[in-house]
Amino acid sequence: MTSLPTTIQDVFNEPGCARNASKSKVERKNGCTKQLKPGGAAGGCAFDGAKVALQPFTDVAHLVHGPIACEGNSWDNRGSVSSGSDLWRRSFTTDMSETDIVFGGEKRLYRAVKEITEKYNPQAIFVYQTCVPAMIGDDIDMVCKAASAKFGKPVIPINSPGFVGSKNLGNKLAGEALLEHVIGTGEPDYTTSYDINIIGEYNLSGELWQIKPLLDELGIRILSCISGNGKYREVAYSHRAKAAMMVCSRAMINVARKMRQRYGIPFFEGSFYGVEDTSDSLRQIARMLIESGAPAELMERTQALIAREETKAWAAIERFKPRFAGKRVVLITGGVKSWSMVAALQEAGLEMVGTSVKKSTKKDKERIKELMGQHAHMIEDMSPREIYKMLKDAKADIMLSGGKSQFVALKAAMPWLDINQERCHAYMGYVGIIKLMEEIEKALYNPIWDQLRQAAPWDEFDRKRQARTVAQMHAQTADPIRDVSKNGVNAISFSNQSEASNCESAIAAHGPNLDEPAKPCTNSSGLCVACKDIRSDLQPPALQAAE
Amino acid sequence: MAIVTTSKKACSVNPLKMSQPIGGSFAFMGLRGAMPLLHGPQGCTSFGLTLFVRHFNEPVPMQTTAMSEVATVLGGHENLEQAILNIYNRVEPEIIGINSTGVTETNGDDVEAFIRLIRQKHPQLEKLPLVYVSTPDFKDAFQDGWGKTVARMIEVLVAPVDAARPRDASRVNVLPGCHLTPGDLDELRTIIEDFGLKPSFLPDLAGSLDGHIPDEFTPTTIGGIAVDEIATMGQAAWTIAIGAQMRRAAETMQAQTGTPFRLFERLCGLIPNDEFIAFLSQISGRSVPSKYRRQRGQLADAMLDAHFHIGARKLAIGAEPDLLFDLSSFLHEMGAQVTAAVTTTNSPVLQRVRSEDVLIGDLEDLEELARSRDCGLLMSHSHGRQAASRLNVPFFRVGFPLFDRLGAAHLTTVGYRGTRDLIFDIANLIITDRETNHGPTPDTWRSTSGDLQVDPPQLH
Repeated sequence: MTSLPTTIQDVFNEPGCARNASKSKVERKNGCTKQLKPGGAAGGCAFDGAKVALQPFTDVAHLVHGPIACEGNSWDNRGSVSSGSDLWRRSFTTDMSETDIVFGGEKRLYRAVKEITEKYNPQAIFVYQTCVPAMIGDDIDMVCKAASAKFGKPVIPINSPGFVGSKNLGNKLAGEALLEHVIGTGEPDYTTSYDINIIGEYNLSGELWQIKPLLDELGIRILSCISGNGKYREVAYSHRAKAAMMVCSRAMINVARKMRQRYGIPFFEGSFYGVEDTSDSLRQIARMLIESGAPAELMERTQALIAREETKAWAAIERFKPRFAGKRVVLITGGVKSWSMVAALQEAGLEMVGTSVKKSTKKDKERIKELMGQHAHMIEDMSPREIYKMLKDAKADIMLSGGKSQFVALKAAMPWLDINQERCHAYMGYVGIIKLMEEIEKALYNPIWDQLRQAAPWDEFDRKRQARTVAQMHAQTADPIRDVSKNGVNAISFSNQSEASNCESAIAAHGPNLDEPAKPCTNSSGLCVACKDIRSDLQPPALQAAE
Repeated sequence: MAIVTTSKKACSVNPLKMSQPIGGSFAFMGLRGAMPLLHGPQGCTSFGLTLFVRHFNEPVPMQTTAMSEVATVLGGHENLEQAILNIYNRVEPEIIGINSTGVTETNGDDVEAFIRLIRQKHPQLEKLPLVYVSTPDFKDAFQDGWGKTVARMIEVLVAPVDAARPRDASRVNVLPGCHLTPGDLDELRTIIEDFGLKPSFLPDLAGSLDGHIPDEFTPTTIGGIAVDEIATMGQAAWTIAIGAQMRRAAETMQAQTGTPFRLFERLCGLIPNDEFIAFLSQISGRSVPSKYRRQRGQLADAMLDAHFHIGARKLAIGAEPDLLFDLSSFLHEMGAQVTAAVTTTNSPVLQRVRSEDVLIGDLEDLEELARSRDCGLLMSHSHGRQAASRLNVPFFRVGFPLFDRLGAAHLTTVGYRGTRDLIFDIANLIITDRETNHGPTPDTWRSTSGDLQVDPPQLH
């Protein structure tokens, strides 16, 4: 068993990572991600990354060893979908108390494993280490080993406490845990020449099921998906696959590479987003399977299926062309995979006017130029304030991004669509790209935008009124006796400091008879009493009595 | 008198509880130009941030000192210093609110001392208020973090008052518990203003997280109570505290400035609101406006209309102590039976919950109790959704977080009007459930045993 620092160094040395290969030895030692900047960081921690990567395993109990924050603040927040067990959506944590910190949390952890085994009897239990027990020296490896022996089921330590690094590092540490404890520990009932692994796919919104029918039709079996809709047993025997596709390269490249090294399973990095990438990936899968011994006719069938599906897809895309003509898109995303949608969006007539390149390598930037043309605006490190301004000045018609930047667009009354993990629609494969276009169309042509971009009518009144007040003030300076009865105002509303003058001016504008209530005087929902008092002062006594 | 017990389980399953530090950050979000800062690893902030964003559908400011493993070994002074300087330079906040986390508390970081050192070294920070609150993750819960943080804000930010100077009779301080929504605060603001009083809400989430659209993008909070308004809160004639969690803050205010307080443990229901409105009438010297006389009538009528549906319904509720106490008491007053009550942390109100027992536990406990005691209505925050669907009972989402439905900020349960709307919402939920799940069939009353089945279990 290797120590955590050794594992982390090993992950940083990942030769399969393109970006890593281009670094110097010293840079590589410093790790994959930038040093976190206190007061300027926004990302998740290593524990978050590990949990994200493994939680989609459906028949596993995911037990978080730590104080309530780590699990209590974060559970049930992912859009993965299961076709079977709902165990993965339940939340298990040791909820460490002060006493546990003082006396150590190992006993509580052991008892927690026991309780889960007795109540839920899962296929396996994954135990996640977090910062506080790591600090006080709780040895989860030993507890897992002891519990595993005692209860006769796999209890797997996931050693990825939050403070060791970023979310991305956590993804990889989760992969290391699978490699060390799970992969290769089981055997499938049977194997075929058409067995593949899909690595780094989380079945968000059920996306995997947009692809599975195509694979089913070709007779290709997903032996194991890591980890979307995955089962413990499937990962355990995933080393028997003939080929592998790695979907989210940043997350689990170490798993794919080490499985090639240990079990000779070839892999490629592909994507199911966009028409062309989907077709490419299907071809790659077929090619690799054939190279590993599947009959050559698989490629013919694959090509036929691709031709059929592409024809249908392009025909469907045709419909969007008039709707998308001249519409400009800003794409803010970290992942390279979203670019694979770009080609299809361009084909449908959308113009890509900008994209973020904060996380991109030099090679990536060249690819962007290739895809988007020389004029595409590359946003190196734009502050939200600047993006907001750019959108507000209507330099684009829609923004596609992850959930974190959504309000930058929405608050600027700008159509926006979520293309990252929190989204609620599935965008994979030939079906998915059409769905994406439908969503873009829906966003672009919603009637709310025109209404929201209109200023409230009284903004104009206010401006005029202000001008008049200024003029009046000038007049009053000339005339030393202020004529109060002229507009009837003798009190100032104090309902809200910032708008203290609105009430007064509203009444001034409407005159003393006030058919219209002076609504915009307060931020709260009703009338402010000060204005009401002013009005009742102005009302005839008979009316006041009736009230 | 409810018997309060604590779960003996080693493993909390489907937690109801959230951690104390983010409760503290939540309180800072009700201040204008604020940047809440968690002193801990970046994950602590990231999880909290995600939770708030999903609840409010709003951009939420929250930062981290990004403690790494090495920084933890060396102590957090340098990270805190960098974080404060970075925030100061980048976003120009009016205040930075700092909460500790499990890691920095286990480490024993002396943050107050760090802040003094940082101030000495960087005189440009002289005017920037830095409020620090100790909130370890491994103790207490969300509402405790909120309560402690508001009390600390008062200690640090409220200016001393001149005892000889008369108080401003028109000003009242309102210290709302974290169970009140921006909608609740707006409702209270309207009511208080209608009595001619000027309320200062601390914190004021209605100013910052009510969903308004700013002209400029702001990295800090975009509204809420300003630091200089907080400074003058000692001049108010009264403090109104809402929820037992705010007693500490109200007492702090009284000790520091002499402002007397009145604690309202509940603001949902007919009697609690009668008391509240009567109090406002008393301190303002004004008679109750006709608007509230009418609203009282509407609430009474709603109670008449809905008691058929809510009466005798067995309620399972999981919520933080103050929300649990408020809503369960109100539903008890509507004739419901509070059959299962689960909460997150200790509180003096728990013994007075109108139930046989209250368990400090998790949503697994609530689910089990609701099943074994045959409850027909489940109330909790959104995390109760899995339990509700397994139990197949109507589920009313309330509290924090509500991440799978819209409009969480505006769910209003205080005042006559808020109570009235709550009654209708709950009654309608029950009616819908009866229509979809419990329609009578020819076999509904066919007895399989010898006993008389007047009210078969499937006909709630």
